Amino acid sequence: MKLVVNGSPLEVDAGDLAAALAALDYGDAKVATAVNGAFVPAAARASRVLADGDRIEIVSPRQGG
Amino acid sequence: MTLGVSEEVEFYGVRVASRLMLGTAQYPSPAVLADAVRASGCAIVTASLRRESGHLREGQDFWGLIRDLGVRVLPNTAGCHSVKEAVTTAQMAREVFGTPWIKLEVIGDADTLHPEVFGLVEAARTLSADGFEVFPYTTADLGVAERLLGAGCKVLMPWGAPIGTGLGLNDTYALRSMRAHFPDVPLVVDAGVGKPSHAAAAMELGYDAVLLNTAVSKAGDPVAMAKAFAQAIEAGRAGYLAGPIEPRDMAAPSTPVFGRASLA
Repeated sequence: MKLVVNGSPLEVDAGDLAAALAALDYGDAKVATAVNGAFVPAAARASRVLADGDRIEIVSPRQGG
Repeated sequence: MTLGVSEEVEFYGVRVASRLMLGTAQYPSPAVLADAVRASGCAIVTASLRRESGHLREGQDFWGLIRDLGVRVLPNTAGCHSVKEAVTTAQMAREVFGTPWIKLEVIGDADTLHPEVFGLVEAARTLSADGFEVFPYTTADLGVAERLLGAGCKVLMPWGAPIGTGLGLNDTYALRSMRAHFPDVPLVVDAGVGKPSHAAAAMELGYDAVLLNTAVSKAGDPVAMAKAFAQAIEAGRAGYLAGPIEPRDMAAPSTPVFGRASLA
């Protein structure tokens, strides 16, 4: 499936968001996710079905002011 | 630099023992950041959310460092220019950081980082209704402040000057007015502070706390500067409580005139 992950086009073999995170090696990393600009809570990732062209954002804590 | 119990400050029912809130960006190294946080005695640090790579996992080390410091985290929505971006970022921050606190930034202009106050009020209303405890980065405009309070904010954070400029308190009249209009609302000067004297001045105006980042992280010696800010904030607060004199235009001799020898 063709996805845009954090701004980069990627071919990912996954049908839902949880599977995509696993396929992209996030494992148990502390991240938050959004699909097409909408927040997807961790508990809802497995039920968030993905489609070609979906834009996925995966973020984590970082330095900030 | 721990304050006495009577001098603790309260945000959304949480009492903290320092009136300095410190940003975590732009330090020379993670070790300097950690040392600066410890030297400052601050109880609250700000943090952000940024893209994470599944391979590099840069955010995981940072998160571990912050957790080890034992301070409360105030996540921000830095860089958001729309209500939608800010609300979505806040939702992601609540899950990752495990806190309803959010430093709400909706930026209107890329050069000045001026708050976009209409979007700010709208985002504050949406987030407050969803259970967030919003710390809005705003201007010292009293009308906007009223709207933010009406939207559910119980803390206001007017800027001293544009973010990262180090110009200090650009409009002390406006900040003083804000303090006078909202005597019971926790007020935090957020952004623009460059030197410890700026922070002391904010405290002397009766502000409850100061939030700063660049002034410490980009200082020649960030750890020493963090301590200097802590001292300045404590001195400024003590000065405010002690009741400063009113300024006057004409000189007034402090040494008694009566009893002066006639030597002319």
